[in-house]
Amino acid sequence: MADAVTVRLTVNGVEREGRCEPRKLLVDFLREDLGLTGTHVGCEHGICGACTILIDGEAARSCIMLAVQADGAELLTIEGLMRDGKLHPLQEAFREHHGLQCGFCTPGMLMTALDLLRTNPSPTEAEIREGISAVLCRCTGYHGIVRAVEAAARKMR
Amino acid sequence: MKPVKFDYHAPASLDEALALLRRYGGDAKILAGGQSLMPLLNFRLSRPAALVDLNRIPSLAYIEEHDGQVRFGAMTRQRMIEFSPLVARRLPLLREATKWVGHLPIRTRGTIGGSIAHADPSAEYPAVLTALDGEVVARGPKGERVVKAKDLFVTYLTTSLEPDEILVEVRLPATDAGAGFALEEFARRHGDFAIVAIAALVVPDGARCRAARLATAGAGPVPVRLRAAEQILERDGLTDAAIDAAAGRAAELVSPDSDIHASADYRRHLTAVLTRRALRRALRVAHG
Repeated sequence: MADAVTVRLTVNGVEREGRCEPRKLLVDFLREDLGLTGTHVGCEHGICGACTILIDGEAARSCIMLAVQADGAELLTIEGLMRDGKLHPLQEAFREHHGLQCGFCTPGMLMTALDLLRTNPSPTEAEIREGISAVLCRCTGYHGIVRAVEAAARKMR
Repeated sequence: MKPVKFDYHAPASLDEALALLRRYGGDAKILAGGQSLMPLLNFRLSRPAALVDLNRIPSLAYIEEHDGQVRFGAMTRQRMIEFSPLVARRLPLLREATKWVGHLPIRTRGTIGGSIAHADPSAEYPAVLTALDGEVVARGPKGERVVKAKDLFVTYLTTSLEPDEILVEVRLPATDAGAGFALEEFARRHGDFAIVAIAALVVPDGARCRAARLATAGAGPVPVRLRAAEQILERDGLTDAAIDAAAGRAAELVSPDSDIHASADYRRHLTAVLTRRALRRALRVAHG
């Protein structure tokens, strides 16, 4: 990797560093270089939303961003959602309301819902459906996810 | 690794970025929000020798009002536009269109300059630029020039910008209070590119129509300004009959292509239906 670049960033409050080619996607950097495999790789072209993480506090897709572009950024991934050994209210609600089945979309779904509730703490059902339409789920039919986000919103307000 | 190998540059200034474009002589791609370019790179449909990433040039992101125009730095994120009070007040049509651009996580990264320079004819921002008679500022080796919307879009994914030019600013005329606006879109799933969308703006004046603006997305290789349909409204007012006539005329003004998503006939039909819906809703908005 003669043309490798150094990428320094903060992930889940921890400063991390790695070297990769500029063409490396951020999601692959997280999984392969930093060992953070909680973020899933789905369609790899920005449609399915499975790889959604928070970049400087805002949800974005890590499969259509280069790792080198995240140099200096602050990331939050699914691994950073638990605090002090306790599940995040969103995670609790997804468990409580059957917001997941196979779990493949769940990391992206949770990070997308987290951003949705930060920008809109009291969303209507229609707004929740619009918000989570950024992530494809092939198991649940979305009903459980909508109920989970509603329940988490009540708890987080 | 998905994209092919490329040289990566993230210049800190526009001058540096322009020098890089000159150096690669058309073999470099400009990386703005990346929400269209990165999928093309991942599929290796795009194989540039170099990427010139504009994300490290902070002076390219701003929203300001100037001389009756709202001006956007090319790297202004769609998300910033969505939540901007200035845009909500002065360009409500753009705000409404923004909600149709992908999804919130796409709008976090996607930019107004990137969306317009990419020139996808199914995208919402080129339609709004066309409806409102907006313009863009391009900077190249010989300095800056202003390009009107009608002179910008050439065909699918192609603008009249030169390979050594960078789109640096988007300018849209601010909307007067009292105007009505609507963007009506049909897509298979919310967040997809439009099969057809219609951007509409009307300025009622009693029973008359002082001005009407209509443009399409998805109804041909470039956004189409529906001037002859606008003229029916400006002549006959915003009556149901005039709106129906304008919608019928709109369908005659477009030359859509058939593709995997929809036939040309269906797109023409949608153009009429969505024009009618957009005008009716714009009128309701105007009347508060």
